[in-house]
Amino acid sequence: MFVRGLKRKCFDGEEDIEGTLAGIKAIPSYNLQRQSLLDMSLVKLQLCHMLVEPNLCRSVLIANTVRQIQEEMTQDGTWQMINTQSTGQASLDRLVSTDILCRSSRDQAEGKHVPAYGTFNKDFESDQAQDSSETMSTAPSVQAPRNLQSNVWEMENPQENKGNFQKSLDQIFETLENKSPNSVEDLFSEVDNSYYDLDTMLTGMMSNTKMGHCDSLETFSSPSNTASNSNCKSDLNDLDHIVEILVES
Amino acid sequence: VFPAGFGSLMQDVLWCFSQVKGTIDSGVTEADIISTVEFNHTGELLATGDKGGRVVIFQREQESKNQPHRRGEYNVYSTFQSHEPEFDYLKSLEIEEKINKIRWLPQQNAAYFLLSTNDKTVKLWKVSERDKRPEGYNLKDEEGRLRDPSMITVLRVPVLRPMDLMVEATPRRVFANAHTYHINSISVNSDYETYMSADDLRINLWNFEITNQSFSILCIMQMLCPRSFLWCQDRVARHWPEIRELQPQLTLGLVLSSCTVFEEPEDPSNRSFFSEIISSISDVKFSHSGRYIMTRDYLTVKVWDLNMENRPIETYQVHDYLRSKLCSLYENDCIFDKFECVWNGSDSVIMTGSYNNFFRMFDRSTKRDVTLEASRESSKPRAVLKPRRVCLGGKRRKDEISVDSLDFSKKILHTAWHPSENIIAVAATNNLYIFQDKVN
Repeated sequence: MFVRGLKRKCFDGEEDIEGTLAGIKAIPSYNLQRQSLLDMSLVKLQLCHMLVEPNLCRSVLIANTVRQIQEEMTQDGTWQMINTQSTGQASLDRLVSTDILCRSSRDQAEGKHVPAYGTFNKDFESDQAQDSSETMSTAPSVQAPRNLQSNVWEMENPQENKGNFQKSLDQIFETLENKSPNSVEDLFSEVDNSYYDLDTMLTGMMSNTKMGHCDSLETFSSPSNTASNSNCKSDLNDLDHIVEILVES
Repeated sequence: VFPAGFGSLMQDVLWCFSQVKGTIDSGVTEADIISTVEFNHTGELLATGDKGGRVVIFQREQESKNQPHRRGEYNVYSTFQSHEPEFDYLKSLEIEEKINKIRWLPQQNAAYFLLSTNDKTVKLWKVSERDKRPEGYNLKDEEGRLRDPSMITVLRVPVLRPMDLMVEATPRRVFANAHTYHINSISVNSDYETYMSADDLRINLWNFEITNQSFSILCIMQMLCPRSFLWCQDRVARHWPEIRELQPQLTLGLVLSSCTVFEEPEDPSNRSFFSEIISSISDVKFSHSGRYIMTRDYLTVKVWDLNMENRPIETYQVHDYLRSKLCSLYENDCIFDKFECVWNGSDSVIMTGSYNNFFRMFDRSTKRDVTLEASRESSKPRAVLKPRRVCLGGKRRKDEISVDSLDFSKKILHTAWHPSENIIAVAATNNLYIFQDKVN
């Protein structure tokens, strides 16, 4: 099952021939492996919108892996290197595709607005009174670069796109770091509702089937099919309700 | 009721091949791949679901005094098509007919009831026997043709006459349109009136009598750290006395005000790009006693005490030799394989699958473990299974297999343990192996 040639490129321990030259060639070899892992992950994400609906858990885990790699590359400066070297659209394509998961080809053709999801795990986990060190050790999930969306289909100006993308990333990081747990509600209100429609993001189209609301436990809810517009509104209501519960406790 | 010497000492239990179901052809039809295995509450019935949407139920034959060595073999009792492939026109996506889970309801009358689910739809099936047929209708003749009423001069009472046993499965309820993502688990409440279905982000509570409504008791906004899983206490438990099992990939509940999160702190020395993936939980099972929870992640099985949520009380390495292979396993997608785990009847031994058709058992009291293989080679009647060993490197001993020789296409994801006896069912691709402990 192992592809022979690839084994050597991977991070695998003792079999890694390049790894045995660790003292001499460690850094470039690691970068190469990391890049290969990034490429592999992006391919996986793009392949996931096949005939059958992709598995959500798998998609999220792969996306998180991409994010971890990207963060590490940002930290050790290799990310900046890529940006400034004007490698053109190739690298941006890769970056872009990390935030657009499993879109259907129809959406791509129509140039539809496909929102990415955001993450506020830091706020929620601090609500849960967990170790902050624990929180930090967990890589945050894929971010929501809002500004990117409008630029995705305008590939004529890759430089601008790269700049916007980086700006969006920065915005997101800033937002997450500065917000306190109690302003989770504010956090929600700033973001376009449609970004919170996970159904949309992960299945690549505006979902017309809406499931039951997250009501209080005492009531039954009806899993009626509602129009996608009211999805967003009811999502916001659900969010308010959920936040209420969180804040109260 | 547990047989003497049950389970507590690994060396006392010798596992023997009992039966294998499924074809031995080298080419495996994808539809025949077994996707779930489940004993019913008495162990009399064993159900399997496959990728083709079929359910096959085996029934244990009565033990006969004449053939004491044949300890109740399982034979086909009923086969039916539970789910069909569908097409979601809205999303232009296929909905697989693969059966993800089967859950038996406790038996309340002569008929058997089970829940089976694919990615989107849960169905309640009634399996019942018919061994009598009414004969002697007045208005119909024996072939069912209507008789001319003017020809009827005498009235008779139809009588029931014996016929060949027929087992029929009928769908009694269909619970649909309640999950956006793939349903990965179902669990019947102990009140036997409600059950839960769960996908990656949502848990729905159903009443068996109501198919057009479900109650969303949990809705996660996004997936957070997959290492944690959630056991809902208090609010949900107050309404429904006991919740047996939860969706394994559950990460954080935002709806409930009171819940317990079981999470083990991450070991920073082991951190890699794959840490999150391999700590993702693929199965969770309550012990029969209800005191413990067992979780399965990619490389380990962990046992948790319900009263202690900051770390597991036991951790068992399933196949740690794969830790250095994670990149390759990521590349070929094996790292996303979802292995299940099971308790034995007395909660003293736990079992889970691995690759190369290996499966592992861990004795919780003696801390001994064994690796066994489900293979055609060791499929002689009552042949004792030989323990297998994986060699990590260096010199390979005679009976060992090296890590690089493992067949990663042969994975044991689904296993089941008889509720009270040492009988296990192991699904190896399209074959179902049944092993029993040695009868002296």
